[in-house]
Amino acid sequence: MASRPGVPAIDVEALLTDAGTGVIVCCGSGGVGKTTTAAALGLRAAEAGRHVVVLTIDPARRLAQSLGLTELDNVPRRVVGVGEASGGSLHAMMLDMKRTFDEVVEAHSTAEKAEQILANPFYQAVSSSFAGTQEYMAMEKLGQLRAQAAREDSWDLIVVDTPPSRSALDFLDAPKRLGSFLDGRFIRLLTAPARAGGKAYLKVFSVGATIAGATMSKVLGGQFLTDVQTFVAALETMFGGFRERADVTYALLKEPTTAFVVVAAPERDALREAAYFVDRLASEGMPLAGVVVNRLQTLAAPALTGGRAAAAAEQLQDRTTDAGHGAAATASDPLEGLTPALLRLHADLADVADRHEGHVRRFVAGHPGVPVSTVPAGATDIHDLEGLRTVGAALAAG
Amino acid sequence: MAPPPLSRALDGVRLHVVTGKGGVGKTSVAAALALALSRAGRKVLLVEVEGRQGISQTFDVPPLGTSEVRLVTHADGGELWGLSVDAKAALLEYLQTFYKLGRAGGALEKMGVIDFATTIAPGVRDVLLTGKVYEAVGRTAGHRRGQGPRVWDAVVLDAPPTGRITRFLNVNVQVADLARMGPIHSQAESITRMLRNRQSVVHVVTLLEEMPVQETADAVAELSDAGFGLGAVVVNQVREPLVDEALLELAAREPARTRDRVRTDLAAVGVRATARTVAGLLEQAHDHAERVALEQSLADEVAALGLPRVDLPTLPSGTEDGGVAVLADALTRQGVR
Repeated sequence: MASRPGVPAIDVEALLTDAGTGVIVCCGSGGVGKTTTAAALGLRAAEAGRHVVVLTIDPARRLAQSLGLTELDNVPRRVVGVGEASGGSLHAMMLDMKRTFDEVVEAHSTAEKAEQILANPFYQAVSSSFAGTQEYMAMEKLGQLRAQAAREDSWDLIVVDTPPSRSALDFLDAPKRLGSFLDGRFIRLLTAPARAGGKAYLKVFSVGATIAGATMSKVLGGQFLTDVQTFVAALETMFGGFRERADVTYALLKEPTTAFVVVAAPERDALREAAYFVDRLASEGMPLAGVVVNRLQTLAAPALTGGRAAAAAEQLQDRTTDAGHGAAATASDPLEGLTPALLRLHADLADVADRHEGHVRRFVAGHPGVPVSTVPAGATDIHDLEGLRTVGAALAAG
Repeated sequence: MAPPPLSRALDGVRLHVVTGKGGVGKTSVAAALALALSRAGRKVLLVEVEGRQGISQTFDVPPLGTSEVRLVTHADGGELWGLSVDAKAALLEYLQTFYKLGRAGGALEKMGVIDFATTIAPGVRDVLLTGKVYEAVGRTAGHRRGQGPRVWDAVVLDAPPTGRITRFLNVNVQVADLARMGPIHSQAESITRMLRNRQSVVHVVTLLEEMPVQETADAVAELSDAGFGLGAVVVNQVREPLVDEALLELAAREPARTRDRVRTDLAAVGVRATARTVAGLLEQAHDHAERVALEQSLADEVAALGLPRVDLPTLPSGTEDGGVAVLADALTRQGVR
């Protein structure tokens, strides 16, 4: 890919081979190719000699198969078929959100208490459906992998794909949301009787507590409140742990060894999300490696403009008609009509390419200095290591 | 077995739920469907529930608040209105209606109860969001529910994506364990009854790409297992094959002759026919044919779902500048009314 004048490309080679890069987070809105980008970066780093683990969230079935991810068992598996001549290796895993949550509970409470929590209907709902659980568990797993890497000296680079959320920012906000839920006044109220000094606390909030309790009971039914109270009381001992771990992982994301790669498609909405994310990373002081724009339409015959191609197609068509060629002549000239068709296709592709280029230019204008790399649109979907290598090479080329 | 015709699938439907994988153009399709339905002199409400302000962006109107806003009025009296449902506002409104909370609502807000109920308590949020849709579908001009003519001839819901749609619609299952009685429980029961009756269908939007088609198949199976009625599969951004397949096969068999021919043709109309341009044009055609073949095999997978299929064209400049109207035209032509 030719780089854009005045716009730096991501130095992918330096990013992947620099031993100082410990974590790469691929984020962006849904459907822009985050998983493919994460897998391609991981593969390229592994083949350059790094020991890499890729955490994917929701890979396409065939891509998952090519990475050997046929089982959802929540532990990294070694990927077969990776070039290991440089001494590197690649492991990959698919996140199992509920299992990760269960493991957190089991690791931080007694067996008896864990059983109680796991059986609570409120826990079951929260662990499998709370908007943000997936993001939080992706963070949690990242923390776990990092601890495991340090303990066993197994991996020196972790590449994380982020959940297919509505907004790219969810990944950053969800853990805090869970944290603020646990810190929320209402939750503190519910757990107050279980804490020392709970009485005094209740007294202060007694008026609000009465309204809140009564309303929740009315709206949700009394059983709901009882279940919540049981759940919250059971989780009580883990609260500190939860918050602490979320904070540690959040802090990890600010370290210079972390690099964020914001992934986008060359469309208005995806690049708007990318822009929000880039701004947010800047305001949080989180290190941005750059923006990857996937599936950019490129032309194999770039010297010919779309307008010229469309005009030439018309001219050829006119000549055919004028010369009295027609259906009868087609039999004697089987290639009749090929060139006009090629030109019309070119005109169409050139239109798309122009539109893509325009979206990228608008993003660049609003974010001068942010490295932008593009990956050309392939004819088919990526679902094997060879395809990932091609994407990796395109990324490295800028 | 040939799928039932679209007109039969849509006959008598008053609630159209539109889902699809992220990035397939679900919001544009929902907007186009609502617009197409409103053209036949009807009053249609388009509802979004994810706070994305997709309606405001698509119709180029200011961000929607908590009340219904008129988006389009047709000469024949048809009207399209939009609503962005916010769970918090819906809960406060709900509490106000049923419990006459007065200022206590503010106290609840301060206590974090509203946050708790709308963002954390699973299911409650979805009950509130679908509850607003339920209310709109059943709303009548009379003083009591069920009295007088319906206010909306049709309601189109821009719903959550395929990955979450079944859970979202299955509200009573979601709250069954959590709220075993009480108003939320009975509200969930009524909503479920409405979502499962014959007047409600779910349309799934897809692209002819691997992941969206896979998710479409998964969602169709899940939704139908859960007892929801399915409408159409909407294939968005359909690509027309631009180069005749037989021509390309011939070209591949005789590369030298093909190159000569293209070069001569280009020269004849004054286009500089460098070797790179000639080879490039042929390479593009080859990629295009490969893409078309892949799309054909994915189209076969879509056909195997046994649902009516609706095709929408690729819009060169997206949904800006009246693109939604173009999509609505395509829907009307294919029998949406």
